[in-house]
Amino acid sequence: MIRFEDTTVSFIRDGKDFIAVDKVNLEIKKGEFFGIVGSSGAGKSTLVRTVNLLQKPTSGKVFVDGKDVTDLTGNDLSALRLKIGMIFQHFNLVKNATVFDNVAFALKASNTPKAEIEGRVLELLDLVGLKDRAHVYPNSLSGGQKQRVAIARALANNPEILLCDEATSALDPDNTKEVVQTLKNIKSKYPITVLFITHQMEVAKSLFDRVAVMSQGKVVEVNSCYDVFAHPESQAARNLINKSFEGVIPKEVIEHEQNLYLITFKEENAYDPVISYVSRNYPLVDLSIIAGNIEYIQQKPLGRLLISLRGTDEGDINSALEYLKQKAFVHKFDREVIANA
Amino acid sequence: MLSEVIQSTLTILQHELLKSIYETAIMLAISFSFSLVFGLIFGFLLYLTSNKAFFEKPILNKVIAAVINFIRSIPFIILVVFTLPFTFLLVGTKIGPVAASVPLCITATVFLARLVEISLKEVDKGVIEAALATGANTSLIIRKVLLVEAAPGIVRGVTVTFISLIGFSAMAGMVGGGGIGNLAVQYGYYRYETGIMIFTIVILVIIVQLAQFIGDFIAKKLSH
Repeated sequence: MIRFEDTTVSFIRDGKDFIAVDKVNLEIKKGEFFGIVGSSGAGKSTLVRTVNLLQKPTSGKVFVDGKDVTDLTGNDLSALRLKIGMIFQHFNLVKNATVFDNVAFALKASNTPKAEIEGRVLELLDLVGLKDRAHVYPNSLSGGQKQRVAIARALANNPEILLCDEATSALDPDNTKEVVQTLKNIKSKYPITVLFITHQMEVAKSLFDRVAVMSQGKVVEVNSCYDVFAHPESQAARNLINKSFEGVIPKEVIEHEQNLYLITFKEENAYDPVISYVSRNYPLVDLSIIAGNIEYIQQKPLGRLLISLRGTDEGDINSALEYLKQKAFVHKFDREVIANA
Repeated sequence: MLSEVIQSTLTILQHELLKSIYETAIMLAISFSFSLVFGLIFGFLLYLTSNKAFFEKPILNKVIAAVINFIRSIPFIILVVFTLPFTFLLVGTKIGPVAASVPLCITATVFLARLVEISLKEVDKGVIEAALATGANTSLIIRKVLLVEAAPGIVRGVTVTFISLIGFSAMAGMVGGGGIGNLAVQYGYYRYETGIMIFTIVILVIIVQLAQFIGDFIAKKLSH
């Protein structure tokens, strides 16, 4: 549905060439809920904006529905944008216009006959659960409600694609849930393709089918959402996952530990008693559990333990690690991520 | 003593007030309506030609901006004299309220154009981007987004322009335009008629307060 082919975007920043998106090749299938994750500055927003040409690629191509859209202008560009809805981090509603008029704007953009506009606006507001707020102004709405209005506006012309640019990043957890739920609801009713950009792994877990991880303008990993969490291959993905422990564990605890590892158990080995095996077979290794949880991604369980290995014998520590690596996915937990947070 | 002053003030007012108010009204009506139309046009032109999302035309933009800056750097009283030949060409006379309206139109237009441009520049770029992303054409974005979002700022700009025009029209009055300002200078200043001076000040203060009140009221109605 969307295909990036060597898509590159560079800017001149402070007199220097800055490459925001670096030869990205990526394909998003029809009907997918596709996520792009990455820390801020990774280039994900810039990349998603090339799909509706809010940002024109410097080189490379972007295909939508098999058609090269890179050089569209004028009416062709308008036609493309009509079938791509977009929502933003800061909602971007017209604040001096009512909720109704904000949604109606998108219908006017597609030259919808006047007589049909009212019914369609109310139908859309009903879809996002805000029918009763049609005649208030955006400033009297909560963040989550504003984003739902923006969703109604984005869906007005029955787009085939919905682009979400950090759509939940300016919201508190409750409002984030509200928006996530709205999107899930829409996805279950319409066969729309969603491309969602975020740095929030919590959101990624609950929404995406597949995920691309971006770092410094490049796509460094593409996999199903479950697999990215279960065995993150790239350093960027690992950092993002480590970062989700931010605030969960006090900095002081982290600072005292030297050998921190994050162990991820997938469904099939979640029941192996690995911890007791290590303590029985490697008496010189002290293993302590710092944090742990089990969560469900795409309805599949994923167990995680953050452990600390202490001991006087390097060899023993290493062989204990080797054992763990056979049983689960283990990666070194970079303390800097949290220490610098 | 006091009653004599009041008596003489009233006599002068009887003869001059209506005429003065009429002349001021003419000057304000012509220059205000002219600047409203052209100030908005040039304000939008400045904004649209500087914005990549619309009709970016750097050269045209620079030319308009330079002309506006040129006019704005000329003190009004000099502008009046400077435009006299043009005024004569246009309206066939150099005195009277209609002639005085010519420099008033020019100065108010460039003044308002800048204020309109500033209001437009303050419109959230994200909102414009969201409008572009819907596939809307430029005319729809101008009418339903730019104008709506910038409306309170534009109304405040129009209010400031109107109030400045009252001040400028008094100056224009001195050099042959007539009007309330002229009344104050001719009688209040040259003939030491303090009563007239005070009376005109009171009238001007009332007009300005009223204009500000109406402007603020409308701006408030338009912003949410």
